[in-house]
Amino acid sequence: MAEAQNIPVGSTTAGQIAVAAESTVATRMSAPPSFDVADFPVPHGREEEWRFTPLERLRGLHDGTAVATGDGVKIDIDAPEGVVVETVGRDDARLGKAGAPVDRVAAQAYSAFEKAGVVTVPKETVLTEPIRIAVHGEGGVAYGHQVIELGAFAEAVVVIDHTGDAVLAANVDYILGDGAKLTVVSVQDWDDKAVHVGQHNALIGRDATFKSFVVTFGGDLVRLHPRVAYAGTGGEAELFGLYFTDAGQHQEHRLLVDHNVPHCKSNVVYKGALQGEQAHAVWIGDVLIEARAEGTDTYEMNRNLVLTDGARVDSVPNLEIETGEIVGAGHASATGRFDDEQLFYLMARGIPADEARRLVVRGFFAELVQQIEVDDIEQRLLVKIDEELEASV
Amino acid sequence: MATLEIRDLHVTVEVENGTKEILKGVDLTVKQGETHAIMGPNGSGKSTLAYSIAGHPKYTITQGTVTLDGEDVLEMEVDERARAGMFLAMQYPVEVPGVSVSNFLRTSATAIRGEAPKLRTWVKEVKESMAALQMDPAFAERNVNEGFSGGEKKRHEILQMELLKPKIAILDETDSGLDVDALRVVSEGVNRIRETGEVGTLLITHYTRILRYIKPDFVHVFANGRIAESGGAELADKLENEGYEAYVKGGASA
Ligand SMILES: Nc1ncnc2c1ncn2[C@@H]1O[C@H](COP(=O)(O)OP(=O)(O)OP(=O)(O)O)[C@@H](O)[C@H]1O
Ligand SMILES: [Mg+2]
Repeated sequence: MAEAQNIPVGSTTAGQIAVAAESTVATRMSAPPSFDVADFPVPHGREEEWRFTPLERLRGLHDGTAVATGDGVKIDIDAPEGVVVETVGRDDARLGKAGAPVDRVAAQAYSAFEKAGVVTVPKETVLTEPIRIAVHGEGGVAYGHQVIELGAFAEAVVVIDHTGDAVLAANVDYILGDGAKLTVVSVQDWDDKAVHVGQHNALIGRDATFKSFVVTFGGDLVRLHPRVAYAGTGGEAELFGLYFTDAGQHQEHRLLVDHNVPHCKSNVVYKGALQGEQAHAVWIGDVLIEARAEGTDTYEMNRNLVLTDGARVDSVPNLEIETGEIVGAGHASATGRFDDEQLFYLMARGIPADEARRLVVRGFFAELVQQIEVDDIEQRLLVKIDEELEASV
Repeated sequence: MATLEIRDLHVTVEVENGTKEILKGVDLTVKQGETHAIMGPNGSGKSTLAYSIAGHPKYTITQGTVTLDGEDVLEMEVDERARAGMFLAMQYPVEVPGVSVSNFLRTSATAIRGEAPKLRTWVKEVKESMAALQMDPAFAERNVNEGFSGGEKKRHEILQMELLKPKIAILDETDSGLDVDALRVVSEGVNRIRETGEVGTLLITHYTRILRYIKPDFVHVFANGRIAESGGAELADKLENEGYEAYVKGGASA
C-alpha cells in the first residue's frame, strides 16, 4: 500500500492500490525494444513488466505456442472519400516507424503478421466523417499490424472497434504529420473469452494534436500499451481511457508518454470501474521527461471506482523528470469505493438502488464519455455501462 | 394531514460479541405541521432512531411498528420511504464520488415527484434555495459532499429538504459543527420550510442552542433508548439549566 519511491511530484493514492517499491520505466524492460521476438526471453511472470499479468490466460501469445489459424479476425474498413486504404506486405517501409515493440507479445505480433493495413489521410485533407475499422473476432488466433498515417495538417477521427472472440496480438502505429489532428477511439468490446494484447505507438509531428480514447469493456484478458513520442516541438497528446472490469476479467493498460522533444504537452486521464470476484484492472502510467525536453507540460491521472468486494486494482503512476526547466508535471491516482453507505444515502433521497448505481458510474465516466464526440460511440458506451451494471445486480 | 406513528420500537445492532439492543420501546407521534425536538446525551440512541425510520440496513427492528398515514413504513425499501414523504437530514452526510450535486438533486427530485421537473423552473428553484442558504452556486458542479466542510454538508442537507418537500423530516444533529452564522442560516432555511405547514419536523439535537432559532411545539428527552420525558418548549429550558444527569443516572446506557 506504499507510494512508489520514485514519485517526485504531488501524488495522492488511496484505497486498494498496490505499488511496487521500485517501479520505473527502466525496470519494466527485460530487453531493449526490438521488432524481433527472439530478442525477448519468454516471460515467467516475475518480471516487472509481467508481474500483474496472468500468463496462463495469454493462450500462448507470450511463448510462441499460439499459431495463427487464418480465421482469427475479420477486418472491415469504412473510410470517407479521400482516404487511402491499403493492405501491404511485411517489407513495406511505412511499417514500424512509430516505435518498436517493448515486450515479447508485441514483438511476436510484429514477427508473425503476414499482411498489414495502412490507412493514409493525405496532407491537408480534413475529414468530416470518422474512419471506421471493425475488427471482428472469428474465434481463432491472429497477429496483425495497422498503420494510420495523417499527412501535414490533415484532420481525422478513427474508430477501431473490436468485437467477437479471438486470441489477438496486434500493434497499431499512428503517425501524425506536422499540424495534423487525429482522434482515435479504440473500443475493446470483446466477447467474454477473447484475449487481446497490443502496443499502440503514436508519433506526433510538430504542432500536431493526438487525442486517444481507449475503451475496454470486454474480453477475458486485455493488455494494451498505448505509447506516445514526439517528432517535433509543439505536439500535444491527450490520452483518455475508460474500462469496466467485470468478474474474472483482467484489463491492463500500460501507458508511456516519452517527452523526448522540448515544448510538448500531454494529458492522461484513465478511469475504471470494477465489479465482481477476481475483476482485476492494472494501470501503469509512465511519463518520461527527458533532459532535452524543456518546456514540457504534463499531467496524468488514474481513478478507479470499486463497486463490489473481490475486485482488485493495481495503479502505478510514475513520473521521471530529467530536467527542471518545465512548465508543469503532476500525477494522481485514487481508488474509491461505492459502498453501502453511499447507496443508502442516494436511496434515502428516493433514488432506486439500480438507478443509484447507474448514477454513480455514469457520473464517474461522464467527463470522459462526453469528450469522445462520436455520437453513436457515446450512446453505445452508455448502453454498455448500463448493461454491465444490470448484469451485476 | 400526514402522521408518522412510532409504536414500541425496539432496535438492535450487531456488535463484535453479539447483538446489542439500542432502542428499547420508543413511542412517538409526529404530525404534519408540528415540530418535535428530541434531545438526549451522546450514545442514547437518537441517530439509531433516525436511521431505523429511514431504513438503514445496519439496524434490525425486533419489535414495534412505524407507520405513515397507516402505511407500514418498515415494510418499505429505503427509496420507497423517501418517495412516501420521509426525509432524513443526516448527522454525517455521505460523500458520493462521481455524482455532481446538480445531477443528484435532479435525479432525486425526479424520483420523489414522479416526473422530471421542468428544466427552466427547476434551475431557478435550485438557484434560489442555494442563495437562501448562502451556498456558492459552484457547489452545483461539485461531487456530492466530496470535500465539503461540516457546515457545507449541513446546508446541502437542508437544500435537499427544501427541494424534496417531505411530509416528515428528521434532522439528525443538523446543528452540530455549525458556527453561529451558519446555524442561523440553516435554521432560517428550516423555518422557511416549516412555515409552509406542510412538514412535520423531528429535530434531533444534543444542545438547546438551535431551539433559540427553531421553536419546537414539543420537546422529548431521549435517554437509554427510549423517551424519558415529554413536554412543551419549557422542557428545553430545564435541560439547559440542569443537563441530562437526572435521566442518565440509574438507567445508564453503558
Ligand atoms: N453499528 C454499531 N455497532 C456497535 N454499536 C453501535 C452501532 N451503532 C450504534 N451503536 C451504539 O448505539 C448507541 C447509540 O448510538 P447512536 O448513534 O444512536 O447515539 P446518538 O444518541 O445519536 O449519539 P450522538 O449524540 O453521539 O450522536 C451507542 O452506544 C453506539 O455506540
Ligand atoms: Mg447521533
